[in-house]
Amino acid sequence: MGAETDSRITAVLDRLGDLPGALLPVLHEIQHEIGHIPPTAVPAIARALNLSRAEVHGVISFYSHFRTEPAGAHLIQLCRAEACQAVGSRELEAHVKARLGIDYDATSEDGRITLEPVYCLGNCACGPSLQIDEHLHARVTPQRFDALLAGLEESR
Amino acid sequence: MTQRVYVPSDATACALGADAVAAAIADQARTRGQDLQLIRNGSRGLFWLEPLVEVEVEGKRFGYGPVAPEDVPGLFASDFLTGGEHPLALGPTEEIPYLRAQTRVNFARAGLIDPLSLTDYQRHGGFAGLRRALALSGQAAVDEVKTSGLRGRGGAAFPTGIKWQTVLDTQATQKYVVCNADEGDSGTFADRLLMEADPLQLIEGMTIAGLAVGATQGYVYVRSEYPRAFAVLRAAIALAREAGFLGPDVCGSGRTFELEARLGAGAYICGEETSLLDSLEGRRGLVRAKPPLPAIEGLFGKPTVINNVLTLASVAEIFARDGAWYASLGCGRSLGTLPVQLAGNVKRGGLIELPFGHSLRELIEEFGGGTASGRPLRAVQVGGPLGAYLSADELDTPLDYEAFAARGAMLGHGGVVVFDDSVDMAEQARFAMEFCVAESCGKCTPCRIGSVRGVEVIDRIRADTDRDDNLLLLKELCDTMEYGSLCAMGGLTPMPVRSAVEKFPQDFGA
Repeated sequence: MGAETDSRITAVLDRLGDLPGALLPVLHEIQHEIGHIPPTAVPAIARALNLSRAEVHGVISFYSHFRTEPAGAHLIQLCRAEACQAVGSRELEAHVKARLGIDYDATSEDGRITLEPVYCLGNCACGPSLQIDEHLHARVTPQRFDALLAGLEESR
Repeated sequence: MTQRVYVPSDATACALGADAVAAAIADQARTRGQDLQLIRNGSRGLFWLEPLVEVEVEGKRFGYGPVAPEDVPGLFASDFLTGGEHPLALGPTEEIPYLRAQTRVNFARAGLIDPLSLTDYQRHGGFAGLRRALALSGQAAVDEVKTSGLRGRGGAAFPTGIKWQTVLDTQATQKYVVCNADEGDSGTFADRLLMEADPLQLIEGMTIAGLAVGATQGYVYVRSEYPRAFAVLRAAIALAREAGFLGPDVCGSGRTFELEARLGAGAYICGEETSLLDSLEGRRGLVRAKPPLPAIEGLFGKPTVINNVLTLASVAEIFARDGAWYASLGCGRSLGTLPVQLAGNVKRGGLIELPFGHSLRELIEEFGGGTASGRPLRAVQVGGPLGAYLSADELDTPLDYEAFAARGAMLGHGGVVVFDDSVDMAEQARFAMEFCVAESCGKCTPCRIGSVRGVEVIDRIRADTDRDDNLLLLKELCDTMEYGSLCAMGGLTPMPVRSAVEKFPQDFGA
């Protein structure tokens, strides 16, 4: 673990470590700051929160939101749940995977895009829904997806 | 006078381009030297009209929608600021039939006010409930909730007053109020809409809960898929605290109630209350065996009121008027209003708040306008991924907890997902099992292993391998999951599966 990463993690632990049930807020903040939770951070977190390393690792691996490796430059989360299925998300899913050449929980070879499934984004009246980084998109057809993807390429 | 223009900042509205519309309006106003005040309200929940832009003319709101950024110059040219005619004009917003036909209690202020304005909130009746609750004893406050007949809106429909009574009666040095805002059911968005449009209502309801049972600390557990709701709620908590509605001296009463919003991390199971409590404590979200009930040993082992967003928000409205008024709405043992979320393949999807008792048909046909695809409706899933599929000939079922239970279905959190005749119900049944594989916490075997076996069995049925034997096996597997699982995840996954097999046998090769 680099010295800079190390000091950022220490700072997070100093700031949030005393909260009751601090582990989730701490992990969120580390991921927010660094982009992922480096496995090498586990001992420091465990020590600061008086937990075992196994407990910390167990929590990181339990929640799908937490990642132990950096994501691609952009994160695409595609809703797989029923309300989106009812308006064609299965076709969209097949299109997105073919277009990116990757399956869920994978990153494209050029490191540009990580694709993840998500079970509901709360946009169920206007699906199919997908989220690119922080932005939610509604009524996404395969054509609309291609346009969004082109937008990401332009912003390179 | 400065014209007021409202553009929703709700997640769905923004997913449909509301931010770009707001920017275009600001830009046009600048170009034209037009003085206007742009307010980012929450959504009215009429999602098929989003982005729904509103202008205020002589105290009355006029709607235009759905507005795209390129429509904005035309709106200005048509004098929309004074309610001018335009192809997108909807007339006075409150008179849009979809909205006018509703009985809005929880969502009366949604889309009407700036979600982060204490002034707006109070001008529309906010904090009246809290002020009334402050004058009541804990027992009198709990009695008021009992009188209202309010039942948990998260899905289980347990009487709220009884839950609160248990917490009130349990002696402890510390008690908690926890709000379950882990709205993971597909087809639901009422909690999100409320937190984004009227977060102070939830804060008020939680404060009342704290005062009633003697809890001084509250937590709202918001799912990480709702970053916008989380941000709005956090900002609202800070505002309320600064103004003395939260903190060590609630409204000058000398009583304490602190509130903190916490973020989940992408686990559906954390919508199950005991799993949520484990997660709040900083652990994996594993389901706890009950008893002990959370009301006796909940968060950090202390007595805890844990309720859904809509349940706690309803409390604010119940106290603002009274419990008997609330109980006068609804039917049978389902009292008050149910915010239904109409979603999936439907023309006019959105939030529809009505007293219990209206039929599913009224909702889907009259409010929803039928399927979005224009094809015949074939199935409706009510109550999220663990809810039953209903067939087209069951649409006259009234929205009432008991009426749904009698059909082997459930209302749950009020999500209604419409499917047209292109749906393959065997694929939907498979998905129900697959979802359980992905989201099971893993603590009990029927759920963890049963769901994996369920996917395999359904795959064999779909491949026409020993179909009759495998259908029998699926039936027995569903029984094992239902009776042997620790919580509703494994216990209710059979509900959509069985309903699909029983009501749509032709999709399973019959």
